[in-house]
Amino acid sequence: MTTAATTDGILERAPQLLRDAVTGFLPAPWQWLANSLIGIAVVLGVFGLLFAFLTLAERKILGRVQNRPGPNRAPLPFLNIRSYGLAQPFADGVKSLTKEDVVPREADRVLHFLAPVALLAFSILTFAVIPFGRHLVLVELDAAVLYFFAAGAATELAVFMAGWASHNKYALLAAMRALAQLISYELPLLLSWVPVVMIAGTLSTTAIVDAQAGWTLGFIPQWHVLTPWGFCGFVIFMVAALAEANRSPFDLPEAESELIAGHLTEYSGFKYALFFMAEYFGMIALSGMAITLFLGGWRAPLPFLEFIPSFVWFGLKLGALLLGFIWLRATFPRLRMDQLTRFAWKFLVPLSLINLATTAVWSLSAGWSGPLQLVRWAVCLALVVVPFLALGRTLSAGVAPRTYRYAPS
Amino acid sequence: MLGSGLIHGLAVTAKNFVGSFHDPARYTTVEYPEVKPKVPENYRNFPFLVTENATDPMGTLRCVACQICEKECPPQCIYIEKSKDKKPDATGKLQLYPAVFDIDTSVCMSCQICVEVCPFDAIKMDQVFEIATVDRFSELLLDREQLAKPNTYYHAIHPTEAAEVDSRLAAEWKAAEEKAKVAAAAKAAAAAKPAPATAGTPVATPQPPATPRVEAPKPPAPAA
Amino acid sequence: MSTAFFVIVFLTLGAAAVAMVLRNLIHSALLLIASWAGIAAFYLWAGAEFVAFAQVLVYVGAVSMIVLFAVLLTRRSRADLVVSRDTLGRGVAAMLVGGSVLGLLFGAVLSTRVVAPPSATPEISVRDLGAQLMGPHAAAVLVVGVILTVALLGAVVLAAVDRDDAGRKTP
Repeated sequence: MTTAATTDGILERAPQLLRDAVTGFLPAPWQWLANSLIGIAVVLGVFGLLFAFLTLAERKILGRVQNRPGPNRAPLPFLNIRSYGLAQPFADGVKSLTKEDVVPREADRVLHFLAPVALLAFSILTFAVIPFGRHLVLVELDAAVLYFFAAGAATELAVFMAGWASHNKYALLAAMRALAQLISYELPLLLSWVPVVMIAGTLSTTAIVDAQAGWTLGFIPQWHVLTPWGFCGFVIFMVAALAEANRSPFDLPEAESELIAGHLTEYSGFKYALFFMAEYFGMIALSGMAITLFLGGWRAPLPFLEFIPSFVWFGLKLGALLLGFIWLRATFPRLRMDQLTRFAWKFLVPLSLINLATTAVWSLSAGWSGPLQLVRWAVCLALVVVPFLALGRTLSAGVAPRTYRYAPS
Repeated sequence: MLGSGLIHGLAVTAKNFVGSFHDPARYTTVEYPEVKPKVPENYRNFPFLVTENATDPMGTLRCVACQICEKECPPQCIYIEKSKDKKPDATGKLQLYPAVFDIDTSVCMSCQICVEVCPFDAIKMDQVFEIATVDRFSELLLDREQLAKPNTYYHAIHPTEAAEVDSRLAAEWKAAEEKAKVAAAAKAAAAAKPAPATAGTPVATPQPPATPRVEAPKPPAPAA
Repeated sequence: MSTAFFVIVFLTLGAAAVAMVLRNLIHSALLLIASWAGIAAFYLWAGAEFVAFAQVLVYVGAVSMIVLFAVLLTRRSRADLVVSRDTLGRGVAAMLVGGSVLGLLFGAVLSTRVVAPPSATPEISVRDLGAQLMGPHAAAVLVVGVILTVALLGAVVLAAVDRDDAGRKTP
């Protein structure tokens, strides 16, 4: 973590001050180790709790959308007070810990054990480079964005290991399908942040957040999402992140009706919970990266709101994105395997390549003066919208709008 | 445009989410068992025996142990033993009563044939469904004391039916009373006239009331 | 030559060596992937962050998939995944070939003049790397891009649906 400037407010510096109070008495070389360990523990604790309550929020919100309350009965232990389901995540944790861990007799025990561990390890590794606040980033790397996606790519291996180690041909088949999905969506995912790096000129996450500082006209933040190419890139990134995290509507690999549970068929108890923990951590990490790349990171949207600490802004944006994920899950049906891959290769990849060209146009026209700025906006908007409409038309060619014979209209 | 359907879908789910907090049509869950669901009036489960009042259930059972329901019950889940003595019923007439009246609710199929054939409106369908027990044999076999429930209870669960039954019974009793009064008056008049002429003739054996309680064929109870 | 270097070397070479020995082909493939991750760790130790992450992204993230898919899709039964026992002839041939390759490598390494490294390790930022790739080495990058595109197109063509003379589709 970087050192806090004394010009920041007390709330902003609070994490730093707390940490120094705890480790200040240690000798200098040990301080670095202690700071790192504290940082790791805080990240694990905060995002572990966030994972727990995210599962609860998802179930409650999904319930409300489906005209029912969601879990509201799990009582606080020993007190038997029903707490609107707030104790549900802990009840689920206890349940998954106490369930019998079944490993098939012919399964590869080492790989069967390693798969969820590797998946979770790589998912957590990606948290190291996300700047959660002005001075809250665990590791400042020069190639931070590349590190993030490299660690994310390594998670795919664990999916294969899970399917292979189960000694179950359906699990293997499903693992292959999951891998196909993950690989297909790697490409739009990586292509969607290349424009950001092009404009910001750096792969470091802290520098990318710094590149989104300032306000045009005094009140419009200069976030990347508020530009034509940035909006397109953000949407592509979010869709690809949904698919990378195996999240509805791309949750074919783990749907209950798909080859039992896909590559997770032979997992029970805590290993199953670890897989879901890894999926949610992936979701949170990808949301965090989307915020960093497109939504201005920990920056406040309006100048007079800067008194609110930066990590609160990051948390608010993260919450909004995660609620968006849940909203998408509540709304859309699952995509079939061929629809999935067709969408990735025939729509997202060309769109992200065209987005790259749009960003090049934007970058080269940055120096245009006054009214030419409107021309710049118009050209870039056209370059984003027209291919979207054209590709959408070709993709849905031959598919007429659905008419229902019996439903009341 | 690609995506317009997606936006519409998102709007629908958002409306459902927001509506579930203030609109009862968008939150249809009944949180049983803290909140019991409202069952329709015609809902039926297992039978019960109607008593006229709650203070003396065994003495005011409408059932006269005619055993018609026992014979008509398809799975034969009713077991009745007549009493040896007679007790006066609501009109004062002496009737038998069931000394034993058992229904095996593990066998009963809720077909309500027993209700349809009962001439005395003595057995009606109850609405209790929370009858789970741990012992099938001792706790699912309901005896007379467990089956007897007062008429006020019947009004509470099947108001329209109970009102119809009560009005019909009241009309019958009134008609029976009228007939009894007329017969008694006629009998008194008949007894008064030939009394001086036939003083020596043996007195006719006292006849039972000339008008037995009217047993018009009841229409099937308007249940179900 | 710090302890970190030796640990990385031991793990990388050890994983590669064990991968040669194991009977189970999938285990060998996974250990090979572990040795690639070890090479990425070596790049990190040497200060080349960008190359290390690129190594993970490309090798562990993508080439590993290719290897595993190839292994799984070309085996007709699970029995094929067991490497058959070695014969004496094979052993002799392996020694000869391996020995000659090793001799060549040793010769090349020992005959190279190793220049003493500068006192301060140069901090090469990703920006400089990018400028070098797009500047003096742009031709190499373009050629690599063309090769990869050709490979991708070839794969698509190979996987495309074939129509035989009768007009029926055969995958």
